[in-house]
Amino acid sequence: MGKMATREAYGRTLQEIGSDEKIVVFDADLAGSTNTGRFKKDFPERFFDMGIAEANMVACAAGMATCGKIAFVSSFAMFATERACEQIRNSVCYPNLSVKVCASHAGITVGEDGASHQCLEDLSIMRSLPNMKVICPADAASARMAVKAAYENDGPFYVRLARLATDSVYGEFGEDVDFTLGKAHMVKDGTDVTIIACGYMVEQAVEALNILESEGISARLLDMHTIKPIDKEAVIKASKDTGCIVTCEEHSIIGGLGSAVAEVLVENAPCPMLRVGVKDVFGRSGTPAELMAYYHLTGADIAEKAKQAIALKK
Amino acid sequence: MTSEDKKSLELFSARMRRWVIEGVYNAKSGHPGGSLSCTDIICYLYNRVLNVNPENPSDPDRDRFVLSKGHCAPALYSALGLKGFFDVNEIKNLRKIGSFLQGHPCKAITPGIDMSTGSLGQGISTAVGMALAGKVDKKSYRVFSVLGDGEMQEGEVWEALMSAAHYKLDNICAFLDYNGLQIDGKVDDVMSLGDIEAKTKAFGWETVVIDGHNFDEIEGAVEKFKANQGSGKPFFVIAKTHKGKGVSFMTDDPSWHGCAPKEEQYNIAVEELDAKIKELEG
Repeated sequence: MGKMATREAYGRTLQEIGSDEKIVVFDADLAGSTNTGRFKKDFPERFFDMGIAEANMVACAAGMATCGKIAFVSSFAMFATERACEQIRNSVCYPNLSVKVCASHAGITVGEDGASHQCLEDLSIMRSLPNMKVICPADAASARMAVKAAYENDGPFYVRLARLATDSVYGEFGEDVDFTLGKAHMVKDGTDVTIIACGYMVEQAVEALNILESEGISARLLDMHTIKPIDKEAVIKASKDTGCIVTCEEHSIIGGLGSAVAEVLVENAPCPMLRVGVKDVFGRSGTPAELMAYYHLTGADIAEKAKQAIALKK
Repeated sequence: MTSEDKKSLELFSARMRRWVIEGVYNAKSGHPGGSLSCTDIICYLYNRVLNVNPENPSDPDRDRFVLSKGHCAPALYSALGLKGFFDVNEIKNLRKIGSFLQGHPCKAITPGIDMSTGSLGQGISTAVGMALAGKVDKKSYRVFSVLGDGEMQEGEVWEALMSAAHYKLDNICAFLDYNGLQIDGKVDDVMSLGDIEAKTKAFGWETVVIDGHNFDEIEGAVEKFKANQGSGKPFFVIAKTHKGKGVSFMTDDPSWHGCAPKEEQYNIAVEELDAKIKELEG
């Protein structure tokens, strides 16, 4: 199976569902990068480039949504969620409108552009907004399902997309793979530790599983693609079944997946838990692979954390 | 406009002002100054222009109104209440726990509110989105919005103006409630707007300047907007107004931007407005 970026899956999925006249797509001069250009090619009359003016773009999409449109809004995650943060809060989430913020170039794997473009806080910020649902898909096949879920369900969505072309976890792009909004996907079952990951970190976690297996450790891997609403049952079950948890996200360790899992654990089923993520620092320039190693986000790093978590059980 | 027409608009405005004072006084907070300066514009729109129906407030073909200066919600609530979108007496519960009349307009819970506003700059962007939707759907509805002069300091307003011109939205008409005052004082002292007429024209809008308390001039502006439809240019009305208009001691005083009258002041305001209403009813 070939590699495909989740942003490409987004653009292709917009083409797939685009014949619905209710769909309108906005971009802020990044249609080529976010892949909304694919929709523009097929449905130019319902594509709006708003120029480099993200705040107006988001609020304008909200106005469209009040008129019955399903508005997809794209830019880099950095600018969509942080430049236009307050527009998302006050003009999208507060009136609970069907604006789907699908932002690309999230996380450290943006690479050489460096810290100004590597958004590491988006899950945290979007998750805290009432009415907002947050999805961070692991691969192209599940990204397609995520975009469709955002399309089919009313109200605000944030779908976190990546620049980097990555391997498939679920299957080939275009297959109707097993993906339910708000339900964790068990990639592999295990008994000693549960690794809960999202986005590109699911692929890293698969590598961690191989390392752990070679050392005789049985790990469960959950793809927690929906960060909000989070699958509480799966988290509680993981705690009870395996007794310790490691979370993995290509995001700040503050406020994202790790925090969401911790919130469920402390209130329901406390157990040792460790987080893999970017440790409250900015990114830097480098290749994606170099950056993953630099910030300790690799499969080996996850395997190491898993062993530490298991040790904490005793 | 006949003198009878004008008198009935003046009466509606006086009643709106009376409800603005009633709401803000009972709430013990709110924004009377700006509400009173945009009252005549909102009065004219709801009585003579907007194709809206209180029985079907979400009709997809209705005209839209977005109060971009959302803090002046009491003026909008007064018009909506007097037009029957809800019981006008609810204004006595403005800003109170349990009321559907929030401190700033809330689309989700208030009948007749087309968009939640309050964070300045966003309302005009959403109005542009509504106008764009009208073009996409080839609908004939029009979109009206009222902005504050302090609000023009928000960068997003200029993004919105730019985008409306770019997409040739001649179905949108924005009013600037130009009372010259904002919380910290005179707009010219806080952050001057410069030549707003030249600026909006440079941003691709057709612009007129009127007296925002003169119904003939408001009507003239709306007629020009209608005539302008088909030109591909959005329409901007600079309405020169007085903050606190209609209540003697509030007029042109920035301290009435965001505070409620005390009982004694309330009594004076009520006396003035009730006298005006009685005079117009007679």
